[in-house]
Amino acid sequence: MNDRQTGYVTEDGRQIGDVMLDLRDITLRFGGVEAIKNISFDIREGEIRAIIGPNGAGKSSMLNVISGFYVPQDGSVWFHGKKRAPLKPYQVARQGIARTFQNIALFEGMTVLDNIMTGRLNYTKSGMIAQAIWKGKAEREETENREKVERVIDFLEIQAIRKTPVGRLPYGLKKRVELARALAAEPKLLLLDEPMAGMNVEEKEDMSRFILDVNDEFGTTIALIEHDMGVVMDLSDRVVVMDYGKKIGDGTPDEVRNNQAVIDAYLGVAHDE
Amino acid sequence: MSADFLYGIEVVINGLMAGVMYALVALGFVLIFKASGIFNFAQGVMALFAALTLVGIMEGQVPFAHLINATFGTEIHHFGWHVPALLAIFLTVGVMVVFAWAVQRFLFRHLVGQEPIILFMATIGLAYFLEGVGDLMWGSDIKTLALGLPQGGARWLEDATAGLGGEDFYGFFIDKLDIVATGVAIVLVAGLIAFSQYTKHGRAMRAVADDHQAALSVGISLNFIWILVWSLAGFVALVAGIMWGAKSGVQFSLSLIALKALPVLMLGGFTSIPGAIVGGLIIGVGEKLFEFLIGPMVGGATENWFAYVLALLFLVFRPQGLFGEKIIERV
Repeated sequence: MNDRQTGYVTEDGRQIGDVMLDLRDITLRFGGVEAIKNISFDIREGEIRAIIGPNGAGKSSMLNVISGFYVPQDGSVWFHGKKRAPLKPYQVARQGIARTFQNIALFEGMTVLDNIMTGRLNYTKSGMIAQAIWKGKAEREETENREKVERVIDFLEIQAIRKTPVGRLPYGLKKRVELARALAAEPKLLLLDEPMAGMNVEEKEDMSRFILDVNDEFGTTIALIEHDMGVVMDLSDRVVVMDYGKKIGDGTPDEVRNNQAVIDAYLGVAHDE
Repeated sequence: MSADFLYGIEVVINGLMAGVMYALVALGFVLIFKASGIFNFAQGVMALFAALTLVGIMEGQVPFAHLINATFGTEIHHFGWHVPALLAIFLTVGVMVVFAWAVQRFLFRHLVGQEPIILFMATIGLAYFLEGVGDLMWGSDIKTLALGLPQGGARWLEDATAGLGGEDFYGFFIDKLDIVATGVAIVLVAGLIAFSQYTKHGRAMRAVADDHQAALSVGISLNFIWILVWSLAGFVALVAGIMWGAKSGVQFSLSLIALKALPVLMLGGFTSIPGAIVGGLIIGVGEKLFEFLIGPMVGGATENWFAYVLALLFLVFRPQGLFGEKIIERV
């Protein structure tokens, strides 16, 4: 199952491909605090990969390393088989890695539609001068972007709030709009930082369905952080478990569930090291 | 109509024209503040510097002539050519873009994440630095900006309106330059709004103004947008510098018009482009009208302080300005 070349077939019969993103020996420090201690794992094409762990385990830091918001002191990130130089977040985004945030980072003053349109910025090739001169080409591009965005809006069932300023939306819908913006960028890899945090049961069910559908329909590889164990077990193909910045488990939901170290971490056994 | 009433109207019109000038300066402030949260004290000096550079290029002045002559014992001051106005404007825009890049590269890149007060102090430093550079590059003498913009009163308007109010009224006296400035300002604002609404970089600019983290996550380079915004502010400064320079000569007091932009921003809000325009117009009309109606009773010269008192009232009763984002804190 950890064969780098061939991938595997999931329980529900989906073919998982080669390694897309490979994290090798990542160590991240903030001053004297080691947020991530020498962690390695990979994310394969077409996979839904979960990162779980108690509060402060370093999950969000891990996601921030992948998306370029943090630069690790040690270790390397390999994307599509190539070692990645330290990149700025916007450069990572341009490589096809989109993300959402734990605390939602939306453009509050813009409408839902405008927010999602920003996801298409990197598909807008014509610069400002070109847009002024070759109006036809820019318009075609704009139409194409709009079509893609409308598809995402239909897909996430947010037609009714297209023109609403994001600042006025309730929390659950904001989460959905943020997902929509990430999807509009047609990412190869989608990073979701606690997509269901603070949601009620119904909203969680909706979000789970969307995540599965995104993976199924667009073939998007997804890495997500989640606290709700039930959700994680249902959604993900493979799970990385972190605790105090270390990796304590890695495998299918069943393997992880029966891992003693994971059980200890979640039930709170004294750490004797 | 009575002559007094007609003169009142003339005062209002002149106030509107003056307000356009204030708005031009305030616009530069708003652009930078919106995108980066930096209150750019140097905006007025940028207008001065842009105007100095424009005159210098047009006249074929050798930049840093004093410095060069003092160092090498030479006596060069002029290249001996004159550059046509339009070309000189393009070149000046180029200089302002380089300036924007340099400010970002050598100053604000090192101050990312600092407190607003630190950034503000940095722009005060920048203001004095730029004033010095302007002096060193182009000399400190008062220059006339000969762009061929129309000067003096619009006689045709005066003649056309002279019949309105009997013997005591001689027609509306409106400065031609003010009319041109108004036209230019309208085109400039329309252009800026179109740019921010319909172009890729305009959208990215609005995104950065709204949320830095979110902007990064959709692939926008903050650095690029900040250079773009400072370049735009430089361009707006050039336009303001041209208008004010043509009106009262290019001299170092030009940098003080920045102070007049402050009350405009208090009224219009620091983050609103329409606010800068409306704020400018209200201040312009307000101070002219106040001087016309109340001035004689208090011994005149009210234009010096009226704008600031008005701003003070706004600070007390509506601190976010007319168009600024409402300050609400949820508990």
